[in-house]
Amino acid sequence: MRLLVKTFLQKPELAAVLLLVLLIVLFQVLSNGIFLSAANLRGVLGLLPEMALVAVGVTLLMICGEFDLSVGSVFALMPMSMAVLMAQGWPFLPSVLVGLMLCAAIGFANGWLTIRFAIPSFITTLGMLFMARSLTVVISGGFPPRLDLERIPEHLFVAFVGPGELIRASFLWFLGLALVVSLLLSRTNFGNWVRATGGFLPAANAMGIPTARVKIACFMICSLLAGFAGMIQVLRVGSPLPSMGEGMELAAVAAAVIGGTVLTGGIGSILGGIIGAVLIRVIDNGLVLSRVDSNWFKFAIGALTILAVVGNAWLRKRGRAMKVEG
Amino acid sequence: MSKIILETRGLTKHYGGVHALEDANFILHDGEHVAVVGDNGAGKSTFVRQVTAVEQRTSGEIIFDGQPVHFSGPLEARQAGIETVFQTLALADDLDVPSNLFLGRELFKFRLGPFSWLDRKTMRDRTLEALKTTAVKIPNIDNPIRNMSGGQRQCVSIARTAAFASKLVIMDEPTAALGVQETAQVENIIRGLKDRGIPMILISHNLRQVFDLVDRIVVFRRGRIVASLRKDETDGNDIVSYITGVKGGSDTAYA
Ligand SMILES: Nc1ncnc2c1ncn2[C@@H]1O[C@H](COP(=O)(O)OP(=O)(O)OP(=O)(O)O)[C@@H](O)[C@H]1O
Ligand SMILES: [Mg+2]
Repeated sequence: MRLLVKTFLQKPELAAVLLLVLLIVLFQVLSNGIFLSAANLRGVLGLLPEMALVAVGVTLLMICGEFDLSVGSVFALMPMSMAVLMAQGWPFLPSVLVGLMLCAAIGFANGWLTIRFAIPSFITTLGMLFMARSLTVVISGGFPPRLDLERIPEHLFVAFVGPGELIRASFLWFLGLALVVSLLLSRTNFGNWVRATGGFLPAANAMGIPTARVKIACFMICSLLAGFAGMIQVLRVGSPLPSMGEGMELAAVAAAVIGGTVLTGGIGSILGGIIGAVLIRVIDNGLVLSRVDSNWFKFAIGALTILAVVGNAWLRKRGRAMKVEG
Repeated sequence: MSKIILETRGLTKHYGGVHALEDANFILHDGEHVAVVGDNGAGKSTFVRQVTAVEQRTSGEIIFDGQPVHFSGPLEARQAGIETVFQTLALADDLDVPSNLFLGRELFKFRLGPFSWLDRKTMRDRTLEALKTTAVKIPNIDNPIRNMSGGQRQCVSIARTAAFASKLVIMDEPTAALGVQETAQVENIIRGLKDRGIPMILISHNLRQVFDLVDRIVVFRRGRIVASLRKDETDGNDIVSYITGVKGGSDTAYA
């Protein structure tokens, strides 16, 4: 028991992994073996990178002690701005770069406003949620431009690749980016600073960590990842909808929390956030396959989120109790 | 008399209407250990925060190592050679011991902007060394600080300071949360610093400890320095009457 608590404490994403395995087995049985079929896996894995990239950014930011509710809107704004520019004759690459710069600017604004005026990022980014969404609708002019797929190197992003064409190219982007962020967090001084900043801000300040810059960097990474994920979705679907990504911000927070990230900052892992995102995808898909009324999906995610927070809190309390016992 | 390592002239800090520190003139000589005492809220920690540039002073001068200094932040103060144990332990709960010891001055395998690769092994080895010289016992230095007792955390903080001490050490109530044994250990670390000739400012409410360890005692009262006494020209009662305002200063009139 003791050992169990200890292991779970050191690897907060472990519980989510166990649950994931359980659910996969469950859905495999309920769906009469369709769940793990190549065709279904292709669907699950093809959509995963979009949600998971957002979750990676949100997780990083939460470890740094801040929130970003604007990711869903940025998810829509980036590809919309790209599509509008391309509709005006811009080539693909410059349009992407401008779109990403817009994301970076939004991330910077989120961070700067939060720190400069000492307001909760919950509020700053709530405002940004509305503003970025509104911008998306405005620049779309009401009629979302269709992407000219001829001019887009699709194979680099959404084409099916790999053995059995199981995954899309976007999956490789996701793996690469997730790995980079993960290493950034676990192997570099920036990662240490992020944990210090999120864990106990006054201490990080007193040690001379440039906490404002660390936070702004995290806000920017988070926005960039959200925008990039939105672009992938649009390249897959072929046309940007002004409403895409709605509700994504909360799903991303749920993913992070389910993966063991603590709301007060300091604790968490990128892997955890990814596993949380996978869990959400698996539940979504599994419910459909097992012919459960799909309206139960949000119920399941909600219940899981609460369960994860309660579970983690309990583990930490047990952990402390064990320490007192000696 | 040896040279002056730290001097403040008219050092003042106001928080809005709160005059937390008022016209502090303070001198510390090289190799000297000075205690700063005073009631809760007397302005001791405020004084430390100005010297270490955790906050920017309202007015006054700080002369460190012969130069007037304007540190823009605590990292600059640390780089100039001032090591501090802050009262609200400046540790990152979610990092292990080596990461905490080297927080803000990490060692790298290679540097590449934000992607500077940490040299965890060297940091770990140096941490073990530092803990050994300070005789602090930590069961597992790879655990996050969060899972350690208050005393162990305090010891990590003190070990960090002692390990990096170069020109000046400041400790703000380093033994406030410690048991008898740990307190003795910390006092030994302080004596070690004295032997190494490293000057120190010790803030403490424990007069026994103060008389044990330092050369001179400076008393703060309501944001002002009201006394600076060599250990051999004063005693506990004398100090207490300065702290409470029975002696010294004009603002003693309160019910
Ligand atoms: N950030 C701040 N804003 C406003 N007032 C402050 C701030 N920091 C300290 N003060 C006030 O300044 C005064 C001096 O506080 P300080 O922390 O320096 O006291 P201290 O001598 O260290 O006390 P203690 O022995 O309790 O640690 C107190 O009245 C305190 O309330
Ligand atoms: Mg104090």
